[in-house]
Amino acid sequence: MRRTPLPATALDATDRQLINLLQDGIAVESSPFETVGARLAITENEVIERITRLRAIGAITRFGPFLDAAAMGGAFCLCAMSVPAERFDEVTDLVNEHSEVAHNYEREHKLNMWFVLACDRKEGIEATASRIEMETGLNVFKFPKLKEFFIGFKVAA
Amino acid sequence: MTIDAKDRKILSATQGGLPLVSKPFAEIASWLKMDEVDVMNRITAMQKAGIVRRIAIAPNHYALGMVANGMSVWDVDDEDVNRLGPLVGKLDFVTHCYVRPRALPDWPYNLFAMIHGFDRASVETHRNEISDLLGTACRGNDILYSTRILKKTGMRISRES
Repeated sequence: MRRTPLPATALDATDRQLINLLQDGIAVESSPFETVGARLAITENEVIERITRLRAIGAITRFGPFLDAAAMGGAFCLCAMSVPAERFDEVTDLVNEHSEVAHNYEREHKLNMWFVLACDRKEGIEATASRIEMETGLNVFKFPKLKEFFIGFKVAA
Repeated sequence: MTIDAKDRKILSATQGGLPLVSKPFAEIASWLKMDEVDVMNRITAMQKAGIVRRIAIAPNHYALGMVANGMSVWDVDDEDVNRLGPLVGKLDFVTHCYVRPRALPDWPYNLFAMIHGFDRASVETHRNEISDLLGTACRGNDILYSTRILKKTGMRISRES
């Protein structure tokens, strides 16, 4: 995954509009890209080509359904670990190995590894966290969300 | 709503991404030997049930120049957090805002607000704005900058139910 900024010339005004528009999502209809194109005054084909290119250059990480584990009887849980520097790479591999780990970030703190578990069954959270504790010998702090204050998507491209 | 084996197949087939073709739902239907209308009806039902939140792009903050990403964390009075949380979530530089349990004594913070910025100085300015907003209801705060993305795949659905 790309971790450095794209040159300013990589995206034109239409790309930026497309990124802003597509953060809210497309409609479930037979030809959704035609509808998106109509809003930006470009063709369906151009929408598809632009999304393909945005993905290829790493401006977006994916385009697809965003799932809510809780709504299907599962759960998400933010977890954190305090990993000794000399074991960081080894522990990263052990944690990332689990398909339940949806994302994982290194952060500057004593708790230096923060990952999200996403399971389609609630019991999966505890089971996966315990397995990670056994495999790594490190404590996994669990921070499930109790409440979400959610307003919308606002990464202005 | 409980998802059945066909719903699961649809989610599993699309979790890497929606096919970028003129008729994406017809394409998914052809992979799964279903018909387009059935696939669209099932996705719509899952959307109504909140299982599919939206079909959208995930922007790469780093590529778009937002290289300073701070998870700001706050120790807010339990009586005040449900009143103040929505105000923090409403700030235009906060992309996610949650109440989470503390893990005392290691972790005294119960309000999490993600701040994305073009540099750390602007993120720190925003952190001060949150601090002002919380006022005396907040006993302490910290900010954890991400230094590396170690994984980012999104949720995975097992194919079998």
